[in-house]
Amino acid sequence: MTASGKSGNVIAKYLPVYFVLLAIAAGEFFLAYQNFSTAGLVRILLVLGLMYFMHLAHEKRSLFLSLIPATIFVLLMLNMIWSDSIRLLHMRPFAH
Amino acid sequence: MSEPEIAMHGQGGALMEESPYSIPSRKLTMWLFIISDAITFGAILFAYGYLRVATPDWQTPFKSASIINVATMTFVLITSSLTMLGAVDASKAGDKPKALRFLASTMVLGLIFAGLHIREWFGLFDEGIKLSSGLFGQAFFSITGLHFLHVITGVAALAVVARKYSSGSLTPGHVETTGLYWHFVDLVWMFVVPLVYLTNIAR
Repeated sequence: MTASGKSGNVIAKYLPVYFVLLAIAAGEFFLAYQNFSTAGLVRILLVLGLMYFMHLAHEKRSLFLSLIPATIFVLLMLNMIWSDSIRLLHMRPFAH
Repeated sequence: MSEPEIAMHGQGGALMEESPYSIPSRKLTMWLFIISDAITFGAILFAYGYLRVATPDWQTPFKSASIINVATMTFVLITSSLTMLGAVDASKAGDKPKALRFLASTMVLGLIFAGLHIREWFGLFDEGIKLSSGLFGQAFFSITGLHFLHVITGVAALAVVARKYSSGSLTPGHVETTGLYWHFVDLVWMFVVPLVYLTNIAR
């Protein structure tokens, strides 16, 4: 197999993922006009992109386990802290 | 010698510890950068979300023309990720001309995306929405501006990597590492679109 032939095959291998990503993106636009949440579709896009386009599925599992759970934890904490900041804004703790 | 082996044994590696994930250190460094950048975007998008919900008279300025423009930008960016995969793969297969063609395609698609982005911004300027025109303008231009900066930086990085890879001073591993960054910029856009554009459609 030639070098160019091999690279052509890999593009063909990722074409299904590419079309799925395009379809999900199109689905987001459709759902937005129907007033439905697109959160689930965005999560699927994220997982597909991370695992296949960024090749995380082909790396050692320890890399995935080191990076992703900690990131999700930090993002969840950010979410909680932001809501707390809004609550504090309403309470105005130092206003009295 | 494979890249993980080079990472373990190359450049006086006998004195160094084995790579913890069997990947070159530059790739691990890029992953750590991506994680920190993801948290930066996460913080900004969370802040945007709370502002959006807590502001009663939030602007919803995006008409059909804007949404079509954003859909085109999304298509361009997802396609650029595919051409980037082609560049990484061709470089690993040793097909330098093909890798350079794919890199050039990715850069062109990145520039088209940036051009469409600027067109979108000028459309909003015409409607009186600017960085200084209230919470919506500040949030919108901060988030999209940061992403735009990432795209432009990515195009510049791709140009440098393509030139040096062409001259032989960079390896396929460098192309792959730059590709990781490019895919990340693509993924961030997938969050920006629903949060910033699709929740603000004019009805």
